[in-house]
Amino acid sequence: MRQALPPWARSALSRPLTSLGVVFLLTVLVFAAFSPWIAPYPPDQIDPANRLLPAGGAHLMGTDHFGRDTFSRLVYGARLALLIGVGVVGFALASGVPIGILSALYPALGRVLMRMVDVLMSFPSLLLALGLIVILGQGVFNAILAIGLIYLTTTARIVYGVALRLRAEPYVEAARSAGAGTWWIITRHILPNMISPLLVQASFVFAFAQLGAASLDFLGLGAPPDIPSWGNMLAESRIYITRASWLLLWPGLMIVLTAFSLNLVGDAIRDRMDPRFREMVGK
Amino acid sequence: MGRYFLKRTGAAIITLIAASIIIFGFIHLIPGDPVYVMLGDGATPEQVALLRRRMGLDEPLVVQYLIWVGQALQGDLGQSIFFQTPVTEVIREGAETSILLALITMVWIVAFGVPIGILSAIRQGTWIDQGLSGLAMLMASVPTFWVGLYLILIFAAGLGWFPSSGYPSIFEQGGLANLRYLILPSLALAAPNAALILRLTRASMLDVAREDYVRTARAKGIRPARVVLRHILRNALLAVVSAFGFTFAALISEAVVTETVFALPGIGRTVVQSILRRDYPVIQGVILVTVCLYLVINLLVDLSYRLLDPRVELE
Repeated sequence: MRQALPPWARSALSRPLTSLGVVFLLTVLVFAAFSPWIAPYPPDQIDPANRLLPAGGAHLMGTDHFGRDTFSRLVYGARLALLIGVGVVGFALASGVPIGILSALYPALGRVLMRMVDVLMSFPSLLLALGLIVILGQGVFNAILAIGLIYLTTTARIVYGVALRLRAEPYVEAARSAGAGTWWIITRHILPNMISPLLVQASFVFAFAQLGAASLDFLGLGAPPDIPSWGNMLAESRIYITRASWLLLWPGLMIVLTAFSLNLVGDAIRDRMDPRFREMVGK
Repeated sequence: MGRYFLKRTGAAIITLIAASIIIFGFIHLIPGDPVYVMLGDGATPEQVALLRRRMGLDEPLVVQYLIWVGQALQGDLGQSIFFQTPVTEVIREGAETSILLALITMVWIVAFGVPIGILSAIRQGTWIDQGLSGLAMLMASVPTFWVGLYLILIFAAGLGWFPSSGYPSIFEQGGLANLRYLILPSLALAAPNAALILRLTRASMLDVAREDYVRTARAKGIRPARVVLRHILRNALLAVVSAFGFTFAALISEAVVTETVFALPGIGRTVVQSILRRDYPVIQGVILVTVCLYLVINLLVDLSYRLLDPRVELE
């Protein structure tokens, strides 16, 4: 039976949990792309007469302390989750990849750059992010920079390790002795062979960016309170949890399932990866 | 050993110096005059003049840095704007809570993470292993404050087994029984970190199980349980112990959130409140102290690792 299926379907069946994770991530993507059409109410529509309603009736997941529809806010929250994830991964890759590759190709430069990465890693990660927010001020963009800085370090370390191994590969040596320039070696030999470790790192960073952003929101130092993010929803519902515990459930589940799905996907890619690099990419 | 000790300690000191330059730069990177950043807007002209002289603000930056380091080495981290007390005093007040919280959390991490990781490795590939590994990944994907809020909802508000917030010192009335205030916070903080240690223990056990001496031991006919205990576990735990340094640092960082959820009077909550109060000297002091702590812990872990396993070479 299974042999008749196309390869992608077979691998999806062999990892049912990861497949569910992919479905969930696609749902988040659809929520973010089509929020105005999916959400039954505007996310900030206040309705004091219907505050703290439990699930059911006109409100699928109930309402919060301003009478705003929880499900609608959840749908719009997907937008910020995606923005944070893409932003942090983009920043971490755009900075970490050049630092790692250049450090591996130019050992003198590498000693300086990797030492600087070590120094940044000696700061507890959340304190580093908080320090940066104190300097830059609060906001979505600054939250992305602050969390991105944490993952710049881990990304640079991993890229450095992988690039060092690739540099010693016979085909890279051969290309160099044939007169290939540095740019050619980076774009033709190093980057293409680095794609799967980078994909794994990207999915883990995307996952942990969600947790980091939620923590910042919870502390009141992340996205401004008027933006419906899952972290802000949790922070606001905090004092109502004994009266309206569903306010705690849904946004939290969205964060957990997003991070969990991304971790599953990252793990699945890692298992299919070149075994030489497998142990280098992790958390 | 002596050479390794010197090299490793030297590297830690260089990292500390570089980190201290960043932390020194922190006050200067905040928009505004550093004196008003340090004193707040309500400063009197006398205070301004005094601090300007003390920080040597008319001197070049290098001299200012050296003055700052000199004062820090003498235990002077400046004055809190909000409390009007020395920063070291503010840190000392939060230290008891934060250190006890981290220690109790470490107990949970070791008690849950290590044995379950061993079990997962012994049963590698079975549904037990898959279930436990999946659970670990799920736990690593959960925000600590969310776990904390649920623990409050269930065990404090619902069942009333534990207090929901605050922490009176164990030196005050109640004594050691006050530690019950830290049970729920430490469990919330332990969840994701125990998951990481579980994964690490499992991976390390499986690594060691592939070593030649393990095969030799099995071939000699030693009982499987003895091979696991004497040959695999002992060596696998070495790698796990070395991860405790990183875990401890992660705890300091994540405690910022946990202490806020449970309203614990620790250093982490002080940092958050100081950010909201613009009490920059306190933020700077806490970051400096935690970075020092992190580097010292990692240095000690590395050196003891080397003592336990002389084959380890400096990279």
